[in-house]
Amino acid sequence: MSAAAANADVAQEDPAADGGLPRLLPPPGHHGDLASHLRIHGPVPYRGSARALIPEVRAAGLTGRGGAAFPAHHKLETVAAARPGRAVVVGNGAEGEPASHKDQALLHLAPHLVLDGLQLAAEAVGAGRVVLYVRHDVRARTRLDDQISQRYARRLDQAAVELVSAPARFLAGEESALANLVSAGTAVPRFTPPRVFERGVEGRPTLVQNVETLAHLALIARYGPGWFRGLGTPDEPGTMLCTLHRPDGSVNVAEAIIGTPLASLVDSRGASAVLIGGYHGAWVPADQVPWLTLSNASLRPAGAFTGAGVLAALPADRCGLVESARVARYLALESAGQCGPCLNGLPSIAAAMGELAGLTGRRPDPRVLENLSRWAGLVEGRGACHHPDGTVRFLRSALQVFAAEARLHLQGRCSAASGRPFLPIPAGPATDADWSSP
Amino acid sequence: MHDLTSSTALWYASRATGVVSLVLLSAVMIIGILVNRQGRLPGLPRFVVLGLHRNLSLLAVAFVVVHVLSAVADSFVSISLAAAVIPFVSSYEPLWLGLGAVSLDLMAAIIVTSLLRARLGRRAWRAVHWLAYASWPVAVLHSIYSSKDLQSGPLLYLALACIAAVMGALAWRVARARAEVPRAGRVPELMDDPRLVAGGR
Amino acid sequence: MTRKLRVNPIACSGHGLCAELLPELISLDEWGYPVIADQAVPPRLARQARRAVTDCPALALRLAAVPPRAPGRPAADRPGAGPPVTAA
Repeated sequence: MSAAAANADVAQEDPAADGGLPRLLPPPGHHGDLASHLRIHGPVPYRGSARALIPEVRAAGLTGRGGAAFPAHHKLETVAAARPGRAVVVGNGAEGEPASHKDQALLHLAPHLVLDGLQLAAEAVGAGRVVLYVRHDVRARTRLDDQISQRYARRLDQAAVELVSAPARFLAGEESALANLVSAGTAVPRFTPPRVFERGVEGRPTLVQNVETLAHLALIARYGPGWFRGLGTPDEPGTMLCTLHRPDGSVNVAEAIIGTPLASLVDSRGASAVLIGGYHGAWVPADQVPWLTLSNASLRPAGAFTGAGVLAALPADRCGLVESARVARYLALESAGQCGPCLNGLPSIAAAMGELAGLTGRRPDPRVLENLSRWAGLVEGRGACHHPDGTVRFLRSALQVFAAEARLHLQGRCSAASGRPFLPIPAGPATDADWSSP
Repeated sequence: MHDLTSSTALWYASRATGVVSLVLLSAVMIIGILVNRQGRLPGLPRFVVLGLHRNLSLLAVAFVVVHVLSAVADSFVSISLAAAVIPFVSSYEPLWLGLGAVSLDLMAAIIVTSLLRARLGRRAWRAVHWLAYASWPVAVLHSIYSSKDLQSGPLLYLALACIAAVMGALAWRVARARAEVPRAGRVPELMDDPRLVAGGR
Repeated sequence: MTRKLRVNPIACSGHGLCAELLPELISLDEWGYPVIADQAVPPRLARQARRAVTDCPALALRLAAVPPRAPGRPAADRPGAGPPVTAA
């Protein structure tokens, strides 16, 4: 299909004309194939020179959708300062967060938006190497391989894309761990500074962007910053993908406009609390949900943040402390084990949480809260990466939101009716072999 | 007559300082292993143990230098200065003396990199420092075979004691390293409750 | 230009020499790892601080120059704590 023909068809299904949802996820009836993508969006709108796209990204106010919400143009500018061909661009689709499925969904439903974004980012920073880092799944990988080949055959891509498989670890998506693995190492974090945008893969300036961020980039390049800002809030423009866990156990990925009331995304009736962001995020009590919107401006005063877009409503018949203890145990096992405070502190915290949750079968030691508080203070900020910090944030929110439950537990009681697990925790032993590329 | 006496004196000096060097180097190895495994000498702060490791190694170097120079200067046996640093070129006991030169070269690398440690960075410094595990056994072989001194009598027992002590420290180090609880094992058994482990709904 | 002590937690294996040499600024947590006071190294302790850096068996300690912070900017020394202070 020639570029002219593709463009001719765009007007009919132009998201810019529609002005609403969905933006990233394809309209109903469309799949992630190249023909549909070209029909709706047309070919990759290269700018013809490095850096040209960056002012538009800045104007659009695009922030990272990987959890840190870092302004995308900042990273682009810093990496673009490298000499041509030196920089490395990595699309981060590792999605180490077990409760999040948005990146996998995006790569399944709209891979070409991600791949477009990767090309545009590569052009913007003058990259010499382009990598797509994805959670290891044979079928998904084969599919992506195929899609990349199709693009190559149609000469859509300026840069060759390498597919690298990420190990199924929580920290696999951490940017220094990612750079470590792509450089043919293991996915364990490294000490910073220097950050990866200074020295990352093979010691080169590396741009790491979440795959969702790249997809938004691909749309901004076509329809402009004004269009992007047409939805969302002035400080946090655009849309974001969320993984919704409902009290009935159903899970789905949805694209939401930033600033949407949380109540329209997750039904908090029948829930005691909602976990927001992910396992490094925070709990909020269910009765606060009607007052909150999907934006950091609204969530931060409540002690939470949008993070990886996880919204999990805990059924009222479950125990928040038990769920939190399960997560704490998982997080402890997912420590890379490189830093003393994390390696020692997280298991201690996990054990104490398990005790508080009543999983030892005995009444918890009365000092358990004091211990938890001390250990939280001891691990925070003392690791090479943010794993201990995120764990502490999650833990503190759990102890705050489930404080009444904790008081009950200290007396040897529990208000929950069901002990059935709710939050998804991957099973299986953690071994050192699991840190390399599968 | 005068020459013979001073020559013999130098030759004895070389042998004597050689023995002392072996003892000192063995002590340096043992204390180095101790530092690495964070062992303590009773009552001594850790920085003293480290200081001991460094100072003894510098003392050992001093004795080694005297050992080498006196051997070179002495005319009883012909050993050139070159043979002291270039392995296997001497006419006297080329193999065993050559091993001494090997050990000396390795020691020089270790000492120089240790003095420049802060500038070199952890990885480079560590890589060279590990050569100690090559340097010491080579020094032992050199000590035992380049002259007959350590092959009988009290000096033999001294040599065996040094070897045993370093081997013992090494065995202790390996055992300690093996006994370290791996990362996953630090999450105690009580956390293996099935309610915690079962995934999802 | 003030200087702060910083530890590379990956390199650090908890030898504890730093805490012995510089107890005014460094203490050990219950697992033997250094807790470093978040303050500039005072001039009278500068020599001991430099000694702690060179004596660390794991070379995990470093003395980093901390440029005076512009008001309202988040701390740049904790990785990822905020936007980086870009060079240009």
